[in-house]
Amino acid sequence: MSITLEQIDKSFGAFKALQGIELDIPDGELIGLLGPSGSGKTTLLRIIAGLESADSGRILFHGEDVTRRHVRERRVGFVFQHYALFRHMTVAQNIAFGLDVLPRKQRPSAAEIRQRVGNLLEMVQLSHLADRFPAQLSGGQKQRIALARALAMQPQVLLLDEPFGALDARVRKDLRRWLRSLHDELNFTSVFVTHDQEEALELSDRVVVMSAGHIEQVDTPEALYAKPDSRFVFDFLGHVNVLQGSLVGNRLASGDAWVQFPEEPAAAGEAQLYLRPHEVRLQLSPVGHAHLPLQVEAINLIGAEVRLELRPCGWQCDTLWEVGITHAEYHSWQPRRGDRCFAVPDVGHLFVAGHTQPQTLYWG
Amino acid sequence: MKSQGRLRAGDQPWIKWSLIGFALLLVVLLLVVPLVMIFSQAFSAGAATFWDNLTDEYTLHAIGLTLFVAALTVPINLVFGTFLAWLVTRFEFPGRKALITLIDIPFAVSPVVAGLLYLLLYGSNGWLGGWLMDRDVQLMFSWPGIVMVTVFVTCPFVARELIPLMQQQGREEEEAGVVLGASGWQLFRKITLPNIQWALLYGVVLTNARAVGEFGAVSVVSGNIRGQTNTLPLHVELLYQDYNAVGAFASASLLAGIALLTLLIKSAVEWRQARQMRPVSTQSDRTT
Repeated sequence: MSITLEQIDKSFGAFKALQGIELDIPDGELIGLLGPSGSGKTTLLRIIAGLESADSGRILFHGEDVTRRHVRERRVGFVFQHYALFRHMTVAQNIAFGLDVLPRKQRPSAAEIRQRVGNLLEMVQLSHLADRFPAQLSGGQKQRIALARALAMQPQVLLLDEPFGALDARVRKDLRRWLRSLHDELNFTSVFVTHDQEEALELSDRVVVMSAGHIEQVDTPEALYAKPDSRFVFDFLGHVNVLQGSLVGNRLASGDAWVQFPEEPAAAGEAQLYLRPHEVRLQLSPVGHAHLPLQVEAINLIGAEVRLELRPCGWQCDTLWEVGITHAEYHSWQPRRGDRCFAVPDVGHLFVAGHTQPQTLYWG
Repeated sequence: MKSQGRLRAGDQPWIKWSLIGFALLLVVLLLVVPLVMIFSQAFSAGAATFWDNLTDEYTLHAIGLTLFVAALTVPINLVFGTFLAWLVTRFEFPGRKALITLIDIPFAVSPVVAGLLYLLLYGSNGWLGGWLMDRDVQLMFSWPGIVMVTVFVTCPFVARELIPLMQQQGREEEEAGVVLGASGWQLFRKITLPNIQWALLYGVVLTNARAVGEFGAVSVVSGNIRGQTNTLPLHVELLYQDYNAVGAFASASLLAGIALLTLLIKSAVEWRQARQMRPVSTQSDRTT
């Protein structure tokens, strides 16, 4: 079922939680709402569910206006951040709840309900826990039961609020993969809220990046990472190395550091050059188009590549630079703490003061 | 709290034992001795006299009236307290904090003052009382007045028990229920009520204990008419003033018996509640 949001506004007193939200979610998509806390993502999810009402704007399910429809009649599946399992009911009773409260005419027979609960428990691979109480389950088990309970009503829309927020890293990774395969198999439309960028990028078909009550960018994970629309998205997704200086002609300079662009940028003045860690190479001597002296501050060997943290030499930067090199490069170079080197950019994203969108520049 | 059986850092054994001894001494002097005295005085003239005093016409009437008042007060405050607790924990509205504070007024006000306030308002010379008198409705110096002040004095107990619990449990479970299609009544019956049932029972036990034992407020509005508006606590005082010590203590032993029974039920409920809450390790300690 497709979901359309038109001009959604929501305030809590003087605080504007959401402003002019426009979003189209096609049928069967798995979409992540990503943003820092207070960006309005959970409020938006609750408005879609009907747990919160928008001050203005419309919500459409499959082209049908459901703005005024009660949460009870919207028939969405909702998974709460802290699971919200009914503590005085067993796992099986929890899952059966939605079916048990149906009006007598629509309610399946007791045997049929038992059958459906059994199937759902099998699906979440927790059949052996049917008679346990929520307090006796681990976090990951609770999460799966909460999901089974939401799916018992066979919703066409599944909404998840920080579904993996309270779990440890390993369980989180497993559940993430499991949710993705479940989504692909059952083919509902899913919206989930997260503040974890890695989770959003790995799980979603598209990611909605939100900040301060509005949508910054909606795009596929690849596009979001490769071509962010704004500084906010750039800063929020992954690490970024920044050179801040004044732009004169095609040269950006700050202290001892400078970069020469292959073409003259469209504007001039105060500017910032953003570089992703993988868009930078390290060399022992500077090249013709860039002079960015750095000093090795820390070396992290764990992972697929070696991550170096680098301190600018003779110029200023708010955060340390981060650059990844392969283990092979590491062994041939053998860098030590305090060693000097030079960063060489291949691709850069230039933000000039007064412009919100970056200009992407390529060397050679 | 679980007793540790260990010394607090820095304490000598003799400090521990003398503190414990002192506390025990106080308990015996202040609680146990008077309680034993009540029963020994009640039976001082033999079991037969005790029985005669209890089955006295006026005593039986006082017992009946006391139970009748409690039977009306408890359900009224059960519904009122649950509604109030639900209101202040599930909705945000202006004056919510003020309302939570107002609930405590009956605890803060002396029962005698409460009785006087009702007398002033509903008595035959009172603002509302005069108007009611013209319509032949008499509230003061009859059982409706006794019920009214008892409801007033006991109304915080249920709400006070429920509010912290419902605040701690939050509204997420109810939200989960409504998303799954439950109606308002189904939510209350299947989710809210099972979660608060033990606290509710605890509140009821306390309400009942206080309703049965209330003296001050009732004494102001009842008029102490033997066989008509005399509740058990008032009856004890009347008998004592009549120099019928055995009769007074016989009735008092009845009240003490009810109190002991209440304590027993209260402990049982607390034990149940603790068991229900054990898996939720963040449950805060009770303050009453």
